[in-house]
Amino acid sequence: MDDVMRGRVWRFGDDISTDLLSPGAYAVDPVEVRKLHVLESVDPNFAGSVEPGDLLVVGRNFGCGSSRETAPENLAALGIACVVAASFARIFLRNAVAIGLPVLICPDAQGIVETGQQGQVDLAAGVFENLTTGATAVGEPLPEEMRRILAAGGILAGLTVDDPSPPSV
Amino acid sequence: MGMTVAEKILARAAGRGHVRAGEFVVGDIDLAMTHDIFAAGVFDTLLAHGIDRLFDPAKVAVVIDHFVPAPTAAIADLHHRIREHVERFDVGVFYDAGEGISHQLLPERGHVRPGMLIIGTDSHTTTYGALGAAATGVGTSDMVAAMATGRLWFRVPETIRFELDGELDRWTSWKDVVLAVAGMIGSDGAQYRSLEFGGPGAASAPVSGRLTVANMAVELGAKFGIFPADETTFAYLGEPPTEAPGPDPDAEYLETHRLDLSSLGPQVALPSDVDLVVAASEAGGAAIDQAFLGSCTNGRLDDLAAAASVLAGRSVAPGVRFLVAPASRRVMEDALAAGYITTLVEAGATILAPGCGPCFGGHGGLLGPGERGISSSNRNFPGRMGSADAEIFLASPATVAASAAAGRVVDPREVADG
Ligand code: SF4
Repeated sequence: MDDVMRGRVWRFGDDISTDLLSPGAYAVDPVEVRKLHVLESVDPNFAGSVEPGDLLVVGRNFGCGSSRETAPENLAALGIACVVAASFARIFLRNAVAIGLPVLICPDAQGIVETGQQGQVDLAAGVFENLTTGATAVGEPLPEEMRRILAAGGILAGLTVDDPSPPSV
Repeated sequence: MGMTVAEKILARAAGRGHVRAGEFVVGDIDLAMTHDIFAAGVFDTLLAHGIDRLFDPAKVAVVIDHFVPAPTAAIADLHHRIREHVERFDVGVFYDAGEGISHQLLPERGHVRPGMLIIGTDSHTTTYGALGAAATGVGTSDMVAAMATGRLWFRVPETIRFELDGELDRWTSWKDVVLAVAGMIGSDGAQYRSLEFGGPGAASAPVSGRLTVANMAVELGAKFGIFPADETTFAYLGEPPTEAPGPDPDAEYLETHRLDLSSLGPQVALPSDVDLVVAASEAGGAAIDQAFLGSCTNGRLDDLAAAASVLAGRSVAPGVRFLVAPASRRVMEDALAAGYITTLVEAGATILAPGCGPCFGGHGGLLGPGERGISSSNRNFPGRMGSADAEIFLASPATVAASAAAGRVVDPREVADG
């Protein structure tokens, strides 16, 4: 994973819950099925139109609700490169890092971008840039500890019986 | 500079003398819990990484509580696989279907102690903070890493302190307190933070009330919800008081709020957010189809007692389904012995198995489209208890029972005093 990612932006609002990201009705289906229902009650076209490398730019409290890890997993399976949120629900944030889905906390990003524009995320600097308009929003750089887990591909990368130490340890 | 309880527990778990909010630490886990929704996946993932042993089987708990009794053949099979994993990994603490809800069982059976660092694959793991532990929910990958290594990273949270004064009146409960707090600070008012409760009001809280409040800390976004251990805690544990982590006098808080308990009356969270809180008397008197008394928030003996005292000599309104799920087998036994179950059944209640039941919309009495329910549980998102087109009001056991009798959302004083 690079610290800098560029892609097409999808913009959504506040309080997107794990129920919207991973609807309960498909909870036990394989990820190939689950990913087709991501955000379907908010934007029925999303899952079908999203492309690998796209960016999500969203509002407050993203990923609120249950502890289900299928929420970030579904986004990763759709190829979302990074989720930029005004704030994250904490278990979602943990889970995203744990499975290696990059995230950035950037309260002002949502105000400077529309769906369909090109965006750029710099995780180390904590900056979101709208490449279409040139506007930038400065957020919180992701702490190094979390970036290390992301760079390794998640907390279980390299976990073996002989070396059961996650990359953060 | 002094430390909050959260800082003290994380410092101890990380083998450090001192930590500050904002730092990252790697802490030793004292207890790791998973339940029937995630247990099989966690153990399957461990095996997929070639790991066939736990860091310390005595510190791992598995509870079958969400789908009890198994509503489908597939879930019966899932439970079977979990039992096989429990045996293979020699899991130290296992409660099978019918024993109760994890968040009731682990405190009730003495697995939670003050000062512990506890994780669970369930957002309401915060409940254990009622006994002075730092306890929080994680996902399955974090759980796999913790079960393999015994360690996990944490960002040390800032702490929001609630100073509680005054006393609750007879018809106002700790559920009303936590609903009022939700109304005050909002459903992300404590995002990433630790909530710490203190003052004479908190000292007066029984453990059952502390469990209710700590349980719902996560509904405010909190990572921990902690009542520092005191005499009440040790009396519950059945031991003489010993040293337990409390906040230093010069601990640093992000915010401090004061709440006068005597100013509160029964509260109701309106559909469909936990922070849409109004006085029960102002909830609009909406007609209800179902009332649910149970869950890890309010399925304890005190809760059944409150409901029984409202419903003694009364009946559930025609057309209302009144479902009661004791939080554990022991709660069921004690409620039987005290006569509460008889009172509730005579009033028209349907008693469910100790477990999660309808709380998460899994099974055992759901809401249909266009229906309205009142519940003593902790979440009222659309779809939480069945149809996404149903409405859920959250309230205390007394308010749920009174509403079941009235057939609409009411202040319990309207029924009980009338
Ligand atoms: S009772 Fe409800 S909130 Fe508690 S653990 Fe069960 S499903 Fe979750």
